[in-house]
Amino acid sequence: MFAWTIYLSFAGAAGMFLLPRESLRGPRVLALTAALAGLLAAVGGALQHTAGGGVVTVSKHAWIPTLGADYFLAADGISLTLVLLTGLVATAGVLFSWNIELRPREFFAFYLALIGGVYGVFLSFDLLLLLVFYEIAIVPKYFLIAIWGSTNREYAAMKLALYSFVGSALVIAGLVAAYVVSGAETFNLLELAKFAYPREFQLWAFPLVFVGFGILAGLWPFHSWAPTGHVAAPTGASMLLAGVVMKLGAYGCLRVAMTLFPEGLAAWRDVIGILAVIGIVYGALVALVQRDFKFVVGFSSVSHMGFVLLGLATVTTLGLSGAVLQMFSHGILAGLLFGVVGRMIYDREHTRDLEQLESRHLSRMLPFAAVTFVLAGLASMGLPGFSGFVAELYVLIGAWQTFPKLAVIAGAGIVIGVAYTLRAIQKGFFSGNELPSPARLPAEHGESAISLPEKLGAGLLLACTIGVGLYPRVLLDWIVPSFNSPLFDGLRKGAGL
Amino acid sequence: MTWLIPNLWLIPALPLLAAGLGALLKRPQQRLASILSVGAIGLAFLLACGAFAQTLSEHAERQVHNFAWFHFGETSLRLGWILDPLTASMLVMITFVGGLIFIYSVGYMARDPNFTRFFCFLSLFAAAMLGLVISNNLLQLFMCWELVGLASYLLIGFWYHKPSAAAAAKKAFITTRIGDIGFLLGIVWLYHETGTLLFYDHGAGCLEHGALAKLVAQTTVGGMLVSTAISLLLFCGAVGKSGQVPLHVWLPDAMEGPTPVSALIHAATMVTAGVFLVARVYPLFNAEFAISLAPSGTLPPVSTALQVVTWTGAITAVLAALIAVAQTDIKRILAYSTVSQLGYMFIGLGVGGPAVGMFHLLTHAFFKALLFLGAGSVIHGFHEEQDIRRMGGSRKFMPVTFATYAVGMLALAGFPLIFSGFWSKDEILHSALKWPASKGPFFLALMGAGLTAFYMTRQMWFVFFRPRTDFRPDSGHDAHHVHAAPDSEPHESPSIMTIPLVILAACVVLLSIFATPVWPWFDAYLAGHLSHLHVGWSGDGTLVIVMLLSVVAVAFGLGGGWALYSRVQDGEARDPVETRLPGLFGALRERLRVDEFYEATILRLSRILAVSSDWIDRFGWSACVDLIRLLTIGLAWISRYFDQSIINVGFDASCESVRGWGRLAGLLQNGQAQRYLRILAFGIVMLIVALAWMGDSAR
Repeated sequence: MFAWTIYLSFAGAAGMFLLPRESLRGPRVLALTAALAGLLAAVGGALQHTAGGGVVTVSKHAWIPTLGADYFLAADGISLTLVLLTGLVATAGVLFSWNIELRPREFFAFYLALIGGVYGVFLSFDLLLLLVFYEIAIVPKYFLIAIWGSTNREYAAMKLALYSFVGSALVIAGLVAAYVVSGAETFNLLELAKFAYPREFQLWAFPLVFVGFGILAGLWPFHSWAPTGHVAAPTGASMLLAGVVMKLGAYGCLRVAMTLFPEGLAAWRDVIGILAVIGIVYGALVALVQRDFKFVVGFSSVSHMGFVLLGLATVTTLGLSGAVLQMFSHGILAGLLFGVVGRMIYDREHTRDLEQLESRHLSRMLPFAAVTFVLAGLASMGLPGFSGFVAELYVLIGAWQTFPKLAVIAGAGIVIGVAYTLRAIQKGFFSGNELPSPARLPAEHGESAISLPEKLGAGLLLACTIGVGLYPRVLLDWIVPSFNSPLFDGLRKGAGL
Repeated sequence: MTWLIPNLWLIPALPLLAAGLGALLKRPQQRLASILSVGAIGLAFLLACGAFAQTLSEHAERQVHNFAWFHFGETSLRLGWILDPLTASMLVMITFVGGLIFIYSVGYMARDPNFTRFFCFLSLFAAAMLGLVISNNLLQLFMCWELVGLASYLLIGFWYHKPSAAAAAKKAFITTRIGDIGFLLGIVWLYHETGTLLFYDHGAGCLEHGALAKLVAQTTVGGMLVSTAISLLLFCGAVGKSGQVPLHVWLPDAMEGPTPVSALIHAATMVTAGVFLVARVYPLFNAEFAISLAPSGTLPPVSTALQVVTWTGAITAVLAALIAVAQTDIKRILAYSTVSQLGYMFIGLGVGGPAVGMFHLLTHAFFKALLFLGAGSVIHGFHEEQDIRRMGGSRKFMPVTFATYAVGMLALAGFPLIFSGFWSKDEILHSALKWPASKGPFFLALMGAGLTAFYMTRQMWFVFFRPRTDFRPDSGHDAHHVHAAPDSEPHESPSIMTIPLVILAACVVLLSIFATPVWPWFDAYLAGHLSHLHVGWSGDGTLVIVMLLSVVAVAFGLGGGWALYSRVQDGEARDPVETRLPGLFGALRERLRVDEFYEATILRLSRILAVSSDWIDRFGWSACVDLIRLLTIGLAWISRYFDQSIINVGFDASCESVRGWGRLAGLLQNGQAQRYLRILAFGIVMLIVALAWMGDSAR
């Protein structure tokens, strides 16, 4: 069932070119159908998935027998959570891209190809296959930003592509070494995870692969592609970029680097923990002084991904579960925040400068956008009742067991998080001394009212963050047992999980 | 009657439902919104009374109901409701005072265009606050704690088009959140140590003997007991929420919200959540002393955590009372008074335990709500004027407000015998005198009592007694209320606003019955031994001394205030205290410049950090990227040069040399047979010569 998420997305991308060139409606409907079908396949697969901790094979065929590479798709609770996230963000992203008028066929083709690659990464348990999907996901990002982007788009697109390729170069180098050193002639992750690599090898291979993936996860100081990329990207693409592409990196860190090289992790975890906490505080601080609304959200992503990396560095079941939950939560919230800022505000007001927005009374002009942003902001500052709270709590408890001092600093990051979110809310929506002049009242701006697709997309994501916040078991029942699987035996032995 | 315990959630659920429905209402549906909210809190009040009755009949028995929320690692996280005297008394107070304030708000907010939104937020707040007091789990309590903070944020910033209100809302949220980080870390640590966050769980809860003994048995940095460290972290949250020094700065600014909000949230209920928290986890704060594993001689007389609580409270009580002396905004005076009284509650908790602190919390909730509502009525009557120097003589215009305000004022000042404030404050002073650790808090509290009487007399004089000479409505002061005739006379408020005042005033007097030394009912109720309660003098000799001292202090404050201020006729004149102590008064009027200090230190530091991080990000990392780019391009040029001038030249040169040798070789093969033969002959001759030579030498 899960495999269909990949096939449907690629089929949708290919199907775009069967549509007439000038059609506007066709690509949208096809993209929405493909994204929704992918989401349904993800939900269907998740429902079939037994709640146990094991890895369930989805599809396995010999692929390149001479190398020992298989076409091996499988899922455990972690993959499943992220596949669900991808489906949700992809669907919402299409709804928020409903107004794309420049070459919509190509836009949605790249969009769906990107999603297909992302699904593939989350489901691959063969390292070579994983890398192939990983590369597939990088290419469309470049075009989405370079063609449909805004501010500084070519620079941002190139920066993003270069960072991504440097990252994958590191990963490939590490993995080829791992393949050779193990001598098992297989890329099967489950097999490789059983192999105990020599400690000296792990000490240099681990940082190579971890940083390689970490670049995409916004690991400080390799994060700087993220804010510029997010800002330049068109709304749908920045939702995907912050929502799921950053998760690719974090997922790779957990799935590949930490699983294969537990002793390397044990040696480097302090460094990772410190970098993660720097990312949390630093991202929040930078977000505090941005004038561009999208940069605020962009840097908040760096800060929130810091929690994911901190959770990974704790190497406790709670911390790791929290990291996965935070991936989900941040994916939903970043998608939502970028949707509001990029689509609801920028496409109507044609500015993202907070100083200018201050005088535009957006809370009255666009009340739906204001309410959505306030709710998303509250969720992203970790207020109880939203998904972010449970995730950050798990990470903090995990961190308390491993590095209490870092937990305290991360706590300071949460306070700054409140500050920049409230600043953005007040500057962006609730300010201005005088009441808006009648000429700018919503009644006269009927065409600028929030459209139905936007409302649906925002509603979908809001429902998810509140649902998970109130009843986290929905995901935790999948995530937590996954860490009991034999896949993490090495981590238990080598890094004391 | 066990039905109520598992269904205790109904009490917060009713206002929550009202908030949810209220959010769906349209703006003109004011009547429906108010009926919904008032009705919900009224029903909640009835249920709260039921719960209260149950704690009376089954006294001393703590009843809990726990259930699983989600799985937390291998175990599941369980939440629960608790019903004990502490919860029950809070429930009744919140629903009763809250209900009266709701009714008052119907009149106060009648002309506000966002009336329905106001009641929606107010109900949300009530729901969160009620949820907070019934929580049997620290995490659950924390979640409600954050929700009340959110509701407070929304309500302070209710008139967000005023920049001061928007800034105050943000400040309140962030300042309390700073304390909350300590709180959250305390929760995390507590969970890490005990593995549960349920308060009471039939022996397995974190406030029960097993867990506490474990916490007392370990030490952490500086030899501090783990129980003390966790208590202090939790206390950080209480300091933030209850506006104690050094995090008190948000509370006076929070007065930017509508006055009923100040009464409900920033006087009666939310700000006391910190006091409630300490009272709830009191066993943890007291664990060092109560569950002693160390030999008795080495222990301090009072647990370290409670000493910190007491001193924080004592310092706050005096500082805030001092600042209140020099303020001129009627609501700000009351706000500083609230900060000061919250300090008293913490002293009470520290020196006398939950019963002492909680009784002051309850009496304070009534008389401070009364004072705020009275102040709202005065502000309403003076057309949104808040500066006491511009008021005056309102005793004649608003007799009901005056009479009820006087009751509240006397209770706050601690006027003897018939006002509840006297008894609750007296109990605190009495416990403080008997406190073994230090007598300092007693004297500070006594000084605070005198100051309280003094600044309240000052306020009463300016607002109600001073002959009204000139009343100039400050037209630009407030934009939210539209009055038909701004220059009309001050007037009494409508009865929907005055009736709650009268009810509250009656309660302020009646409550004093419950804690006199003759019949210390409340003490026995909270401690859970109502059945052993005897009517009769229960005090000792020190109690009389304390009462006399406190009466003297109050009389000094009242008399001094009256003597100084009753001569002030002109509101614009210099304050009599200012003429005598200009330096001190100036510093107090500037609120000891705490805000400016934070602005200059913490805020500036964070701004510098933020700007420099931003700079690093824009230029530093970009410079790195650019540097790498330049290096790459440079390397490319070097490679090109290398390619062109070395490899290429080498290639060319080798090609050239091949060609040269070829040419040379080509010279030999010019197709002339004679030359070939000549070379051949030459070669043979050379060969023969060589062989002959070598054969010769070999011999």
